[in-house]
Amino acid sequence: MRKIQATQVTETVKQLFLRANFYIGQDVLNSLKEMEKVEKSPLGKRVLQQIIENDELAAKEEIAICQDTGMAVLFVEYGQDVHVVGGNFQDAIDEGVRQAYVQGYLRKSVVADPLFDRKNTGDNTPSVTHVRIVPGDKIKFLVMPKGFGSENMSAMKMLKPADGVEGVKAFVIETVKKAGPNPCPPVIVGVGIGGTTDKVTQLAKLATLREVGKRHPDPRYAKLEEELLEAVNKTGIGPAGLGGTTTALAVNIEHYPTHIAGLPVAVNIVCHAARRAEAVI
Amino acid sequence: MNKQIVIEAPLSTELVRELRAGDSVLINGVVYTARDAAHKRLDELIKKGQPLPIDIRGQIIYYVGPCPAKPGYAVGSAGPTTSGRMDPYTPQLLKMGLKAMIGKGLRSAEVIEAMKEFGAVYFGAVGGAGALIAKSIKKVEVVAYEDLGAEAIYRFYVENFPAVVVIDSYGSNLYESEPPKYAAC
Repeated sequence: MRKIQATQVTETVKQLFLRANFYIGQDVLNSLKEMEKVEKSPLGKRVLQQIIENDELAAKEEIAICQDTGMAVLFVEYGQDVHVVGGNFQDAIDEGVRQAYVQGYLRKSVVADPLFDRKNTGDNTPSVTHVRIVPGDKIKFLVMPKGFGSENMSAMKMLKPADGVEGVKAFVIETVKKAGPNPCPPVIVGVGIGGTTDKVTQLAKLATLREVGKRHPDPRYAKLEEELLEAVNKTGIGPAGLGGTTTALAVNIEHYPTHIAGLPVAVNIVCHAARRAEAVI
Repeated sequence: MNKQIVIEAPLSTELVRELRAGDSVLINGVVYTARDAAHKRLDELIKKGQPLPIDIRGQIIYYVGPCPAKPGYAVGSAGPTTSGRMDPYTPQLLKMGLKAMIGKGLRSAEVIEAMKEFGAVYFGAVGGAGALIAKSIKKVEVVAYEDLGAEAIYRFYVENFPAVVVIDSYGSNLYESEPPKYAAC
């Protein structure tokens, strides 16, 4: 049994959230630059230039890319041969979030009770942490500060198996169209297919975290991703929703086995500030 | 793309009526911040017939909840939030003399009708460009609701704050007029 100190968990999580909020991924930045070259709308082109300038400025000065520094979401792969010592694992994670948001001048956007008093917790905790137990003696953290401009535009639907590929396509396009300018396009569209209501929304979020430009290993899903990306970019919504040919940088699909009676589909939208970071300890 | 216009807040109805959807503007002077929680409190005061903490006549409200300022900075990252959440409160504020809003995303039919009736304009700033936008915010003062933190009402002194007229006081709306031009492009 390998022992890992809770303080190391805290420090890792803190550094990941600081890094994610200040530095946009090179894949996202490269994609924005490529799209800027081919964007047909002059206003859309200018918006993309501002976004690129913004992302480079944030990295240079170590300030938040976007003021919505999000709710802290973590996907953790926890090796079953690891024993965290010196503290509770979840507390150690939330302490890392707390330190990143307080010490990094990041906005605290979490309210304790969602319905009644909506009082800000003051330190951006608690996080939303998904843990999967895996073989091995390491812990992998994949973190995303999730902004709510885009989260609010996400959707989930229980399709009928008979709805098939066309049903999935129609739901994805409908969701993107309905979102319009609100989620800060160009976006990354994560699509979950299969599982149950809870599983499918998690798949959709995981799908948004894939490196931009990387296609699904199954050629059928890869083709569907390409067709959906093309269709999304033909909506004309464009950068900031002001019209143009760049509405999404990627459409990524993750799937899972499901019940004979169902075809769950979820769409999770991430804005162009598609922030993420990962580390293994 | 139309003209680029330098404007100074507070705004007159005459100036607002000259602005057209598609115009680029550089905003100077004072803008007030307010988002969900502050709008809710303003609305409660209006319903009770009590005075507001700011005189909104001629003013611009910027829908933003900024990041805290790093030492040496006036403000942290400060881009627009989604405006639609403020729609239920907005027609009343427009009736009271609010002349402009800065945000991102769709507005309701009720808001657009009130903008036409009372003469007001909706500016779009680029969502997610908060680090860059913060460079045009030179000074920040808390005006009200300090307990709300990022959601408090702040007075921003801005210089050449970049925005685009997305919906003008005649109801022309870039979100409706522009995407069809590039659809199936």
